[in-house]
Amino acid sequence: MIKTTMLIRSAILFFVLSISSTVYALPEINAWTTDNGIKVLHVNSPELPMVDIALTFDAGSARDNELAGLSAMMHGLLDKGTGKLDADDVASRFEDVGAQFSASVDLDRSSVMLRSLSNEEFFNDALTMFISVVSKPSFPERDFDREKKRLLISLEDIDQRPSDIVGRKFFELLYQQHPYAQPRSGTKQSANKITLKDIKKFHKSYLVTTNSILAIVGDVSEQQAQDIANKISESLPKGKAQEKIALVKSSLETKQHIDFPSQQSHVRMGQIGVERGNPDYFNLYVGNHILGGGGFTSRLVKEVRSKRGLSYSVYSYFLPYEQAGPFMLGLQTRSDQVTEAIQVCNQVLADFIENGPTQEELALSKQNIMNGFPLRIDSNRDILGYLSLIGYYNLPLTYLDDFNKNIENVSLEDVKKAFRKQLDLDTFVTVVVGSEQKPEEDA
Amino acid sequence: MKKIILSINTILVSFLLVTSSWAAVHEKTLENGLKVIVKEDHRAPVATAQVWYKVGSASEYGGITGVSHVLEHMMFKGTPKYPVGEFSEILASIGARDNAFTSRDFTAYYQLFDVSKLKTSFELESDRMAQLNLDESEFIKELEVVKEERRLRTEDNPNALTYEQFNATAYNSSPYHNPVIGWMNDLDNMKVTDLRDWYQQWYTPNNATLVVVGDVNSEQVFALAEKYYGALPSRDVKQLKARLEPKQVGERRVEIKAVAKLPYMIIGYKVPSLKTVEDTREAYALSILSGILDGGRSSRLSKNLVREQEVAASAGAGYDLYSARSNMFLFDGTPNAENTLEELEQAIYQEIEKLQNELVSERELKRVKAQTVASEVYQQDSVQRQAYIIGSLETVELGWQTMNEYADNIQKITAEDVRAVAKKYLVNDTKTVAILTPLERKSFGAKQ
Repeated sequence: MIKTTMLIRSAILFFVLSISSTVYALPEINAWTTDNGIKVLHVNSPELPMVDIALTFDAGSARDNELAGLSAMMHGLLDKGTGKLDADDVASRFEDVGAQFSASVDLDRSSVMLRSLSNEEFFNDALTMFISVVSKPSFPERDFDREKKRLLISLEDIDQRPSDIVGRKFFELLYQQHPYAQPRSGTKQSANKITLKDIKKFHKSYLVTTNSILAIVGDVSEQQAQDIANKISESLPKGKAQEKIALVKSSLETKQHIDFPSQQSHVRMGQIGVERGNPDYFNLYVGNHILGGGGFTSRLVKEVRSKRGLSYSVYSYFLPYEQAGPFMLGLQTRSDQVTEAIQVCNQVLADFIENGPTQEELALSKQNIMNGFPLRIDSNRDILGYLSLIGYYNLPLTYLDDFNKNIENVSLEDVKKAFRKQLDLDTFVTVVVGSEQKPEEDA
Repeated sequence: MKKIILSINTILVSFLLVTSSWAAVHEKTLENGLKVIVKEDHRAPVATAQVWYKVGSASEYGGITGVSHVLEHMMFKGTPKYPVGEFSEILASIGARDNAFTSRDFTAYYQLFDVSKLKTSFELESDRMAQLNLDESEFIKELEVVKEERRLRTEDNPNALTYEQFNATAYNSSPYHNPVIGWMNDLDNMKVTDLRDWYQQWYTPNNATLVVVGDVNSEQVFALAEKYYGALPSRDVKQLKARLEPKQVGERRVEIKAVAKLPYMIIGYKVPSLKTVEDTREAYALSILSGILDGGRSSRLSKNLVREQEVAASAGAGYDLYSARSNMFLFDGTPNAENTLEELEQAIYQEIEKLQNELVSERELKRVKAQTVASEVYQQDSVQRQAYIIGSLETVELGWQTMNEYADNIQKITAEDVRAVAKKYLVNDTKTVAILTPLERKSFGAKQ
């Protein structure tokens, strides 16, 4: 062990030198707002003949209201027809030129994305189709009926996966009446209630330029990006800003076991964490890296996996949203060991909240995060993700430039204070999905 | 519209030439037999270094299945120079992302890092190529982790159980019969000596390929490789017995009953891979065939089975062009609520018959070719992906050059070629079908 500490110390010295002498070339972000109100963030990255576009709306599952799954279903139906084109035509128009269209929904935001070759002829075809499906989807009734049936089947699939069941139940117990409690893909009950009228109404209300963010990365100049942004912007109504998502109430201690005939029990535990832009965000991020975010060097992996062989995967993280997102910890283990595994996690958590990390741990995690910074932005896809994030949550345009400095500024005292302030084991929600009997092989 | 479609391929091909010309690949073999392959990619100040060993579950025999994968786990458990835990701590301190993966044909280790840290990666990776501890107490704990991994991936996953039984039924002599993670009973009986033997047998520089992709200079990488890997001694690698799969004559069917909510099926036809095929054109035609059936939302399974007939909730097809041994052309799917597995199976056979009797349309063929060329561009957005392709091609001894020829070879395939492989290979006598029959349990997901 002494040798380990020595080695880290010498590595720290080296690290200080290397950081101060390294200047990373950061992507140059062009930002503007179109006449019709879309906020645009663009990075010209001409090395590869390709373009990535992500159009993000304030239309995540928190907007589903009583129809959980509505946003996800609406987004899944966008490419099932536009104008006279049916789903087959739309798919061919994209794929004939090698383009890829996709859509995703999280609690706060939804994104529609296009990846295309940048060659003008192909790109223009792909962009035309992209604009058409996003702004003027025809939502054919037959496709709606079919996709609803497929959704119900995928919800059956979720019901046969303990890993999915545990996640859904955790959010439900953690967020109670708050919109974040509802699963993005809905439930069988809610899916059955969704009508085509709801889909059309959701599209009309939420796919608007107000509060939407357009990120463009790739082989396009700023001028070309402006043309693209104007075309997209003009195709959508301005709409109106949505009401802020309700504040989150703190969680109450809850323990629930769901019986499931699996060999492993899946565990999810945690509490309400922080929102995007919380002043403690970097303190918590660095601290959690030590606790359960940093892979094999994190305390949870060392205690649960490396020392005891209890679980293949164990992790923890804060997931900030517009309102306070969750802090959660997850693992899965043979059912007869689940009590032991939870005990170990509780001890690790209690000790970390009480005493915080060591100076060595803090230094190692900061090194890891800062030295690993170039990996965060080494592809067009990564940069696209950051542009959408920065735009949507109104983070400073210098977010990436400031990233390492924000990490460097985190002190041991900051981490301790932030964890004591944020985490309280007495408010933890713990969900276990699995069998209460011993697995069959041992019976 | 027609005119645009016709012009696509020529433009796309000339496009690709532009993109691949700046990304030349350099290779060198060290005296101890370690092959080093470097692809310079100067888009970002990062690099990936990957070491690929020519050993995987297909190298294993009865009783020790899963040993390649357990050894992969143990590779993170220390050497005399870097005792357990240090490997991960040092890599963490340089901000590297690292992991490893095991498949039928290979075991590979990678780090992804700020390019200035290349030296550290080589130092650690070369050390564990020859000096692994394989301590028994660490092994005993790690074996439990692997068993948890098997429970997670297979035992509690009905579709994965189906796939495991499907392979065990389809392959008799071929080692693809066994799951990569190993049978649970073989894991129960595994000893640290099995791993020591396995490590001795396969982990030697002449059985490995080092792949580096990123913001590097190839000459500097070769010099660094010489410094860290050059002194490692090489050992003779035992040639494996061929264990070729006997010709299958007659359909095989297997039913898996497992606690599940949804029925599921897999259908496979024995086919050669690019490595084992006599006429390489056939392998590329099979690759196009999988694109016609399942290359995006406009492909036939989505269009016909999911959207038009509505018989499938999901349906897929796939072909692994680059496997070391002959494998299978696969179909899988889950029927819609109103449909049965039998109906889904028949619908898949109808699609196969169409492919055998009619030529695919020019538009479909051009679409698959356009997607092929586009994905060649897209995959260059990731140094990891590029290194993966090089590593896997080298490991199965097809050579990284295959990557550069891929798009050209795909372009040459005609509708006649596609029909010919559908007729030749998608035949009942070499078919295996696995059916998952869901077992309901009273407690299933309901009681709390």
